[in-house]
Amino acid sequence: MTYRFKTELRYSDVTPKPLWLNRRQLISGAAAGIAVGVGGATMAPAITRNSRYSVTEEPTELDVITQYNNFYEFGTRKEDPSRNAHRLTTSPWEVKIDGMVAKPGTYSYEDIVGNATLEERIYRLRCVEAWSMVVPWVGFQLSDLIERVEPQSGAKYVAFETLYRPEEMNGQASRLLDWPYREGLRLDEAMHPLTLLATGLYGEDLPNQNGAPIRLVVPWKYGFKSIKSIVRISFVSDMPPTTWNMQAPREYGFYSNVNPMRSHPRWSQATERRVGDGLFAKRRETLMFNGYGDEVAGMYSDMDLMDNY
Amino acid sequence: MTLPQRINGVLRRIPAWPIYIIGPVPGLWVFWLALNNRLGPDPLQVLEHSLGERALQFIILTLLITPILRLTRVSLLKFRRSLGVVAFIYVLGHLLTWVILDQQLSLAAIWTEIVKRPYITIGMVGFLAMVPLAVTSNNLSVRRLGPALWRRIHKLAYLAAFAGAAHYLLLVKAWPTEPIVYAAIVVSLLAIRAWWAFSRRAR
Repeated sequence: MTYRFKTELRYSDVTPKPLWLNRRQLISGAAAGIAVGVGGATMAPAITRNSRYSVTEEPTELDVITQYNNFYEFGTRKEDPSRNAHRLTTSPWEVKIDGMVAKPGTYSYEDIVGNATLEERIYRLRCVEAWSMVVPWVGFQLSDLIERVEPQSGAKYVAFETLYRPEEMNGQASRLLDWPYREGLRLDEAMHPLTLLATGLYGEDLPNQNGAPIRLVVPWKYGFKSIKSIVRISFVSDMPPTTWNMQAPREYGFYSNVNPMRSHPRWSQATERRVGDGLFAKRRETLMFNGYGDEVAGMYSDMDLMDNY
Repeated sequence: MTLPQRINGVLRRIPAWPIYIIGPVPGLWVFWLALNNRLGPDPLQVLEHSLGERALQFIILTLLITPILRLTRVSLLKFRRSLGVVAFIYVLGHLLTWVILDQQLSLAAIWTEIVKRPYITIGMVGFLAMVPLAVTSNNLSVRRLGPALWRRIHKLAYLAAFAGAAHYLLLVKAWPTEPIVYAAIVVSLLAIRAWWAFSRRAR
């Protein structure tokens, strides 16, 4: 810690005043105010912490969250995304919603986020590589958006796609993965109140390297399920192909729920390193469903989780 | 005098012992950075990987000496022992980092990893192959064992190099560039020797 600014204040000391405004929301709110002739008096709604769905653990430092990323679109090393993601244009941004829904269409970021109630949720994040963090996300429940677009009865799965734009995403020049990055959830998983579409962290807009402007957060699954920089959400009847599963089906299952009993074929998942805790930090026991078992275990009660990894 | 002869004349005057001192410096430097929390968010992984990668680099250097001699007549033979010993120091540092800082001396976990994870198993094979090399890296051992047996023992270096490259390749997700490049270099250096051995026998 020698070369770091050090303070006794903790993040938890400042947030009780729930005054973190999402800049985008402030801007769109102000613009709307002008449009109806009220002037600058419009107040954007404040972002409050959802304590029911937040862990009480100390959030990982912002520097760590923004400089230690797996986002292969910007390179494979952990520091690559923080160096390269500034090239990404995140505004304007559109998300195509298609498949088995009553209201398909191309939705602008402002349309999606302007109609949502943003809140803060402090979630554990467990990577399949056996490291973890605690992240104070800003976002809204995916279920809000799903209800808005009205899935049809045949829709059983939700498929997501990341932006494919090699001019701005240098990692996509290599054929490392089968771009665009794809992920998917069962509809009940997507509708689960823990499942978040995040637009920010630490009270600010998402940094590009963390998946700006809008990403998925599924805290009981390994991090790669939480797809970044989403441009397409499809409602489908069959289990959709997902990138890491296509890459190595024996290693990365469709479900990829955090499970300390089910080893990755090449490494153990029983313990994890909390990134940011330093060289001598003790390994932590990995928790079933990343500690969210009370909320989510019911969805898998009739499944063998060793086979459905 | 030909150019290689002139180069060899200069090399003869350069001692090998500084390699023992300079070689470990990058490793000590990265360890110092780790202790002072200057390796970013995950100092352990950076330390572990940099020691392992450095070990592979020194192993490759030792394997380059013979092809350079045969292809260019430039002899770097006198530096090979020190390069090999430094490679072993890095492998040992890499292993100790894993055992002490990563696995935190949990013997059960370490044993399970060695038995169950092919990349760890093959890494351990590489380490064990290097132990006899390090132990016999002195003139006394050459005399005691006799040059023929000593040379045969030191063929274990090929196994160590192969294990090191495979260890790296088996560890990564997808197919990033670095481990593929190292594996390609090691495989070429081993293939050259296989080809020489084959053509010698054919003659």
